Amino acid sequence: MMGPVLRATLLRVLVVLLCFGLLAPIVIVAIASFSGDGYLKFPPESLSTRWYARFLGDPRWRQAILNSFLIGALASALSTLIGFLAAYAMLRGRLPLRRVVAALLLTPVIVPHVITAVAIYFLSARFGLVSVRPWIAVAHSVVALPVVLVILQSALRTVDPALERAAMVFGCTRWGVFHRVVLPLALPGVVSAALFAFLTSFDELVISIFLAGFRSETLPVRIWNSLLLEVEPTIAAVSTLLIAVTTIALGIDALLRRRRGEGFPGR
Amino acid sequence: MPLTLRATLLLLLPALLLLSGLFLLPIGWFLTASIAELGTWPEILEEAEAVLLSGAVGRSLLTTGWIGLVVTLLTLLLGYPVSYALSRVRGAAFTAILLCIVLPYFTSTIVRTYAWMVLLGRNGLINQILLGLGLVAEPVNLLYNRTGVIIGMTYVLLPYMVLTLYAAMKAVDQRLLQAAEGMGASPGQIFLRVFMPLTLHGVVAGLLITFILAIGFFVTPALMGGPGDVMVAMLIEREVEITQNWPSAALMTIVLLAVTLSLYAVYSRFAEPGEAVR
Repeated sequence: MMGPVLRATLLRVLVVLLCFGLLAPIVIVAIASFSGDGYLKFPPESLSTRWYARFLGDPRWRQAILNSFLIGALASALSTLIGFLAAYAMLRGRLPLRRVVAALLLTPVIVPHVITAVAIYFLSARFGLVSVRPWIAVAHSVVALPVVLVILQSALRTVDPALERAAMVFGCTRWGVFHRVVLPLALPGVVSAALFAFLTSFDELVISIFLAGFRSETLPVRIWNSLLLEVEPTIAAVSTLLIAVTTIALGIDALLRRRRGEGFPGR
Repeated sequence: MPLTLRATLLLLLPALLLLSGLFLLPIGWFLTASIAELGTWPEILEEAEAVLLSGAVGRSLLTTGWIGLVVTLLTLLLGYPVSYALSRVRGAAFTAILLCIVLPYFTSTIVRTYAWMVLLGRNGLINQILLGLGLVAEPVNLLYNRTGVIIGMTYVLLPYMVLTLYAAMKAVDQRLLQAAEGMGASPGQIFLRVFMPLTLHGVVAGLLITFILAIGFFVTPALMGGPGDVMVAMLIEREVEITQNWPSAALMTIVLLAVTLSLYAVYSRFAEPGEAVR
């Protein structure tokens, strides 16, 4: 039998190794993207920003950046608005079959994205909606909605219903309560929800593959199309941009969370 | 005071419209319209049998199940110690472990897949290390085969397993563990007879959610796999984008959807609603 000290040490070493394994691939890509070598070598022998120059110098990649941010912002706004109303209804409303509705609202996460993507493509092709950017944003909202709902339900749970009752006693209308009491109190949660909705759309690939066409390629779709041909170093620079966006979003969320006094993302 | 039923439904309406308009109805329409192309019921059944039991599709269904199983068990094996550590530490160590899970979790699947394609390539870091240590004489093929798919998918799915296990482990009442210790149980006994049974539902939930997500995988196997690693989701995409064989895509979708939804029904008995999302 191992001694308790030895066992604790072994566990610690194992966990450090596993955490390293989780983080390392992302960090390595970010470092390798600054390589000055002809192909991706780690550690790089010389440093340069040549892959970034190639990435940002290509009009197709620039268009993809624009598309990604545009679609992400639209999807984020749409799903946060719709999700806020639904989350409030789920918490404060009288609803028969609440559990069924709750489970239904979350199914887009469970159903393989290929199925959702094929079905939306089937619909879009018939109405000439393929490669229409606002439509891609609407499609992304379907998968962003469950994310938004989970974050907003937990944010709204912290809003005391007594405050809403008090406001109504003092003559506030239902709408007044909504935008003077509930919204300000839930605002940090709303911002978090919007951030993660943006990330969901910004990182989404499968639905975008089917809907993008040539005109509306997002960054993940451009990466996909180029990886099908070869593993080229420019992708490391693009990946680093995506990693940076994720890191910034998580950073903002962590700051908001600290202000709310919560510890763990979303739960 | 609670909202009236009418107000509740009104607030839910936009969400339900989005969900039915771009999710439920399109899936239903795609399936019924594509299947209807096949003709009468006996013809449909005949075609279903021909398609699903054909060499390529049958093999792909088996491949999907097998890869899903291997990847799920690997994520449990690798994820359990991490979740355990996460549930037992505080302060800076907690933040550090959490960061290592959450950053990959929210990074695009395609970026995570690309990262491993770089690492596993013939001139990649892993081969350099193996060659440098003298473990192999020439570069090993780790990419465009089953090994690559399993490494890539395990990496992408590991955070889901860790976060699901963590949710169960964090809920364990520490006083129960202290009580066991106070009554003379060894650390091994405490783990096996108190901690494990109390977190078993989390293990089941983690296995189910990881398997559900794994069998629907498309991006990682398509980029990291070889000709023998065609998963069902890839086949569905090919039928639609390349051969435009909608009925065949619909038949495979029905199988994948049925398995996914039945497992989800079991899963929701073990996990809190909404846990799967984040």
